[in-house]
Amino acid sequence: MKLSDIVKILDAEVLTPEVNLDKEVPCAFASDLISDILMCTKEPTLLLTGLTNQQVIRLADMIDIVGIVFVRGKKPPAEVVEMAKERNLPLICTKNTMYRSSGLLFNAGLRSCRI
Amino acid sequence: MLDYAVAESEMAEYWYIRPGYEKAVQKHFENQQEPEVSLESLIREKDFNEAGKGSAEVKNVLKRLGVNPEILRRIAVAAYEAEINVAAHSLGGAMLSHIYPDRIHMIFMDNGPGIADIEQAMMPGFSTADEMVRELGFGAGLGLPNIKKNTDALHIVSESGDSTMLEFLVFFNKNGQ
Ligand SMILES: Nc1ncnc2c1ncn2[C@@H]1O[C@H](COP(=O)(O)OP(=O)(O)OP(=O)(O)O)[C@@H](O)[C@H]1O
Ligand SMILES: [Mg+2]
Repeated sequence: MKLSDIVKILDAEVLTPEVNLDKEVPCAFASDLISDILMCTKEPTLLLTGLTNQQVIRLADMIDIVGIVFVRGKKPPAEVVEMAKERNLPLICTKNTMYRSSGLLFNAGLRSCRI
Repeated sequence: MLDYAVAESEMAEYWYIRPGYEKAVQKHFENQQEPEVSLESLIREKDFNEAGKGSAEVKNVLKRLGVNPEILRRIAVAAYEAEINVAAHSLGGAMLSHIYPDRIHMIFMDNGPGIADIEQAMMPGFSTADEMVRELGFGAGLGLPNIKKNTDALHIVSESGDSTMLEFLVFFNKNGQ
């Protein structure tokens, strides 16, 4: 599944239009807890979260995050979007809840990351 | 004076060495070898715009040196968790990284208030994070367990009401060979 497919499935808005969405997404993880995300991400992973502060981008400096989906209509501030652009990290935003977003992607065949 | 002796004994210490790494860890602390590269950065109290930068810098240096990506991930996760803990739970401090040909030694020192019970702090789920820190996504109580999981040796020395020193070692090859 590609990021561009995920945008369609989640009826999402792309916050970083300049970043390529033609990237393959092997798996996903959903959480609002930073330590949880760090503990569970060992391979390239799509992150679904409600966190919108700078630390969510710093996470991507430590582990292999292929993109971030902000759920339930949450939008990060401009400086966070800027940080993502510098890193070529795609950000997308959906009105769907974390549960519904995860369910939609899972049904479409996107597996859970190996923890 | 007896009171003084009691106060002294409030110093807490914690050691973890991954099985198989005992010799390599002992050798590291006995030999006092000169590091190839040393990096230092300050960590300010509750500065969540800057926190994490020091760890990212260390990761970039190691990446350039060609460290294996899985080892790199383990070092980055442990360093970030330790750096965030200093920003989130202490009055501020500094991190020091010594890079050797086969390992990294990272040291985090802060200005207090210390950890009274390190065993308790090491338990998954234990956290004293305040509301502001929790809102940013911290406070799961998984940071210290995550550091232990990703390092080959972890040493914490703390005194309640005083500073905390956390140091860890990660070897670039299995069993520190
Ligand atoms: N440098 C420090 N100074 C003082 N207390 C600390 C320090 N580091 C950790 N602690 C104490 O240990 C507890 C557990 O730390 P740990 O990193 O495991 O969890 P956390 O930081 O609360 O949450 P998380 O790391 O999951 O976001 C902290 O809540 C805090 O009480
Ligand atoms: Mg922590």
